[in-house]
Amino acid sequence: MICALTIQNLALRRGGRLLFQGLDLSLKAGEAAALTGRNGAGKTSLLRAVAGFVGPETGSIAFGDLDPSEARSEHIHFAGHHDGQKPARTVREELDFWTLWTGGTAESARLALEALELGSLLGLEVRRLSAGQRRRLAFARLLAAPRGLWLLDEPLSPLDADWRARFAAMMAEHLAKGGMIVAAVHDPLPIPATIVEVAA
Amino acid sequence: MSRAWALLARESALAWGRGGGPLVSVGFYAGVATLLPLAIGPESARLAAVAPGAAWVALALAALLSLDRLFERDFEDGALDLLVLSPIPLEIVCAIKCLGQWIATAAPLALAAPVAAIALGAEPRLAPLICACALIGGLAFSFVGGIGAALSLGARRGGLLTAVIVLPLFVPPVIFGGGALDALAGGLPWTSGFLLLAAYAAGAVALGPIAMAAACRNALS
Repeated sequence: MICALTIQNLALRRGGRLLFQGLDLSLKAGEAAALTGRNGAGKTSLLRAVAGFVGPETGSIAFGDLDPSEARSEHIHFAGHHDGQKPARTVREELDFWTLWTGGTAESARLALEALELGSLLGLEVRRLSAGQRRRLAFARLLAAPRGLWLLDEPLSPLDADWRARFAAMMAEHLAKGGMIVAAVHDPLPIPATIVEVAA
Repeated sequence: MSRAWALLARESALAWGRGGGPLVSVGFYAGVATLLPLAIGPESARLAAVAPGAAWVALALAALLSLDRLFERDFEDGALDLLVLSPIPLEIVCAIKCLGQWIATAAPLALAAPVAAIALGAEPRLAPLICACALIGGLAFSFVGGIGAALSLGARRGGLLTAVIVLPLFVPPVIFGGGALDALAGGLPWTSGFLLLAAYAAGAVALGPIAMAAACRNALS
């Protein structure tokens, strides 16, 4: 289980432009961070750097005692703007595949389906889902495979008020189990979280 | 089911339904085979002489059709991000994607190739070798083509760029496969050409995923 995330003196450059520098963040098990800042400030890039997709200009990202490649391959969930779900595949096919891919089980997938109330949509093609339903399917992946660090990009934006509250409860439960969350947000994150202003 | 098998099943299913999938590839292949007599004349002796080679070149062109979206769709919809966050190395992920592509497109093309060649006047005894060359050559086309598809990720008109990158790399298998077929048609030893084709395919399978993974990582960053 991943037990810490430590970012020190991080600088990121994208397309030749320095997004930010000197960014520090320290999270322990059970803690969350909300990344705030203007559009284009580098919140998504910071999430992608933690996931290992983007290399830092300077600084370091560490995951406690874990080797970074092991942490990224086995202990991180990434839910970005694009959810990776194929329009022609059914909800069941997508959830089953991503559950297996991220290390979950059939039982955990079933529990995730119940929690996200996706049971009645199982045979539906992803293309037929609303934006909110697609986001719920993306969240089902988080619940279906136990990974300690959730990296979320605008997690609540397409959800209605009811599902925002329910997902807030799911995030709180994840933290209570010793997980960690780093979320890029424009609206306040509805759980206790360290605010990190991302700016040049 | 293991992760790798699950990914192979998913990729095969997606490749089957992907734009430029097997039906389109086979249709394109049939179209090229039909155009050939119109271009070089209907004389059966002349057609029979070029039939195996023409069928082979048409196969290479048909294989190109389905390559451009091999990584592009996963790159655009975020699936590539999620595939990277797994204990399965990205090199293996790339190899499985190419294998899925091969299963979904090369196999139907390998069945269509002897039919097209015989329709153009090739001797029926060439059919098994045409089919074998199409299967093994298809493996080379998929894995070499995957390099082009990965290198053109995110580029404007990536499909065209893929073709420009890949076509020169298609030259050796076209020469080896065409040479083997010509040799068999002429009653000469054909195994050397076939073995060279198999060696090229093996090299593509071994080295292609390394290049693809590096190109994908570069695109993701």
